[in-house]
Amino acid sequence: MYKVRDLKLSLPDMAHKPLIGATPRIEILKGLSFDVPKGAVLGIVGGSGSGKSTLGRAMLRLLAPTGGSICFDGTDITHLSEDQLRGMRQRFQMIFQDPMSSLNPRRRVGGIIAAPLQVQRLDGIPTRIDEALDMVGLPREFAQRYPHELSGGQRQRVGIARAIALRPDFILADEIVSGLDVSSQAQVLNLLGKLVRDLGLTLAFISHDLSVIRRLCDRVLVLHLGEIVEEGATVSLFEAPQAPYTRELLSAIPLPDPHQTWD
Amino acid sequence: MNGYLSIRNLTVRLKGGGTILRDVSLNVAAGQVHGLMGESGAGKSMIGKAVLGTLPRALDITSGQIWLDGVDLQTLPPAERRNRIGALAALIPQDPLTALNPSRRIGPQITRRLVDILGWKRQDAAKRALELLNEVHIPDAPRVMRSYPHELSGGMRQRILIASAFAAEPKLIIADEPTTALDVTVQKQILHLISEMQARHDTALLFVTHDLGVMSKVCDTLSVLYAGKVVEEANMPRFFMRPIHPYSAALLAATPTYTDPTSSLTPVPQTVVDQVEREVMEHDLRTAS
Repeated sequence: MYKVRDLKLSLPDMAHKPLIGATPRIEILKGLSFDVPKGAVLGIVGGSGSGKSTLGRAMLRLLAPTGGSICFDGTDITHLSEDQLRGMRQRFQMIFQDPMSSLNPRRRVGGIIAAPLQVQRLDGIPTRIDEALDMVGLPREFAQRYPHELSGGQRQRVGIARAIALRPDFILADEIVSGLDVSSQAQVLNLLGKLVRDLGLTLAFISHDLSVIRRLCDRVLVLHLGEIVEEGATVSLFEAPQAPYTRELLSAIPLPDPHQTWD
Repeated sequence: MNGYLSIRNLTVRLKGGGTILRDVSLNVAAGQVHGLMGESGAGKSMIGKAVLGTLPRALDITSGQIWLDGVDLQTLPPAERRNRIGALAALIPQDPLTALNPSRRIGPQITRRLVDILGWKRQDAAKRALELLNEVHIPDAPRVMRSYPHELSGGMRQRILIASAFAAEPKLIIADEPTTALDVTVQKQILHLISEMQARHDTALLFVTHDLGVMSKVCDTLSVLYAGKVVEEANMPRFFMRPIHPYSAALLAATPTYTDPTSSLTPVPQTVVDQVEREVMEHDLRTAS
């Protein structure tokens, strides 16, 4: 589904801009190459500042890469203009980290889910809203509610509903459970796993939490300082991590087990 | 009094009427770490705020006692209470960026408390701040003293807040989700540092977290809260082996672990939620009559 080759992205470093002259650039992604096969659930993991969110945004072309190429389902989207991209955006969607700030507080849930459908000029919008709410397990009456009337877990379901209402082929989920309690986290993860299976979605799941990645993903990409330090099938990566950084990440996770050696 | 900090039947209400904490009792002995576990809205941070006297204005302590070092804080006049808390207790806050003043250098932010509240001389305070930065393993402490918060990493900032919490040798530290904003690798370092400092200074530590993994590494005893009510109080190894309350067991079952991918990730079942809700309601009825 995705073919990413030597992807580079740098941004101007405004903190070190000289008074006169060119702004120095920070290299955030330093040449990444990987594939996301159709139907795969890819976990992208890394510490803060490793570039995992930047990578996600580049894959959806919310950021323009400075080098390399990104192919989505056979089409090179690296240098497409916003106009050319608009039609394709229906096929790759995103779920955001913080549902409170990514849902318009002044619109009802129905309107929020409808917004991208209207942009894409699709028809049958009311039925699509109902279907999307059914799929994420929210009552249809929720279309009349405002985001502030919902709990954190319910808001995140609305974010998921908005993404799947477009019937995309690919979804990027960027730290979507990190703001939730364990209980709603479990619900959202189970829901996402079920949707991926039922709708045949391809999913990239960005997270700093390896326990969550292990639960959901079948492939994992470990990022560190803008580079891929390890990539592989989830089972082998957890059973026999190769890169020292992966081992460090794994050993740092506090398990809910007082007998774990952790020092 | 069997703890350095002893909270007895603490009830906190919203001025409008809603109840935030219901009859909370707990003990933290010197040199001990007591964990407060709960989902968001359970009131775990409010316990810390009640102890430090920093409850939001809309909240009132309606009954119960908070004993700190053998004195019931509620019986003291406000000024004396503030002084006592200031001298004996300190806070390690959640977000190190908002807790530090962005427009002041690090040094004065650590020494201020010593100079303003405890009346230290400026030079002594500066010397102590340097010692503390060394103690929390900050390399090149003199440079860090002159830095602004934005020049430092998240882990570094949290180290500074730990240093300043321990600055005045408090006997009680309240740590409110001190590692939630940090990476796992940094979290590990910071938790080790907190444990190390706590053991060295023999402080009582009240540790607020929603992460059972973190809890199992740091605490000796814990209370599980639901809707402001303690549903289970437990000793550490026992809690993880055999949680007594079904809600505690459900929380454990909902926590993902990377070592056991086969176990199903179960959200807290509705029956368990109904049961704790019922217990909370029964408690409210009992106290109302």
